[in-house]
Amino acid sequence: MQITSAVIVREGSVVKDASVVFRSTETGSAFLNAAYEALEVLYPRFYKMDLLSKTGTIAADVLLKQRTDLEQWRPEDTGMVLSNRNASIEADVQYLEASKAYPSPALFVYTLPNIVIGEISIRYKFKGENAFFISETFDADWMHWYVADLMQRNLLKVCICGWIDVVDERPEACLFLVEQAPSATGHHFTAENLRSIYNKDYGK
Amino acid sequence: MENKQELIQRLKEQIIKQLKLEDKKPEDIGDHDPLFVEGLGLDSIDALELIVLLQQEYNIKLKNAEEGQDVFRSIDTMADYILEHSAS
Repeated sequence: MQITSAVIVREGSVVKDASVVFRSTETGSAFLNAAYEALEVLYPRFYKMDLLSKTGTIAADVLLKQRTDLEQWRPEDTGMVLSNRNASIEADVQYLEASKAYPSPALFVYTLPNIVIGEISIRYKFKGENAFFISETFDADWMHWYVADLMQRNLLKVCICGWIDVVDERPEACLFLVEQAPSATGHHFTAENLRSIYNKDYGK
Repeated sequence: MENKQELIQRLKEQIIKQLKLEDKKPEDIGDHDPLFVEGLGLDSIDALELIVLLQQEYNIKLKNAEEGQDVFRSIDTMADYILEHSAS
């Protein structure tokens, strides 16, 4: 098992495999919209999403854009395991505020954190196992154990896993592409490598 | 009440705002373009938002869900429905 790619969205930057691919002084929604335009994400549903799903859509797009073999991944073998600290709090608060006038169905649908998994899975037609966990901080040991178990039992051959959180309009994501097939590039899939990539500081 | 052309223009602006169609401008939406699937590409959640919009902005409640298929066929059919039910 290998971590074949990783994308970090944090502090005004989008970083892929240790290279900064987008940087902006904008924050929150304006930052995500600017990243969407600059990185040519090209997915019209983007504008309807909450900040968590926008963050995930950008991170997944950067993670997978160069892959020419996406069509060869069996949908049932490709899944996602994500985690965060604040669940869907931004969407929850927005929905609560909007509901004082009229409840908005479009806001309501984002009041669960695992909707970001659904948005990404719909776009790429992933149909494999998925899960969303809540923890205080990124738990590399748990993430490694859970994803490795899915792969060892052949429930998944490809998995996007990691951390994705938005609080106070500050998006943060660290997504890893983990593949069962041997690869000449990337890092061994270990908790230590997950932690090391997650903790790397790319500045502001 | 404004005339139909003014209403159509206002509806386009309201739909873009309510449905967060930030990549669209009113002039991108044809009066007779289908709102769902092809055309504007709206989905079932958007249909619910359109029902809320009718209620919120025009104080009109759809009598039943089936009625929505005809009402939300295009901006033009929405405008006709609003004019008809605002007058009554």
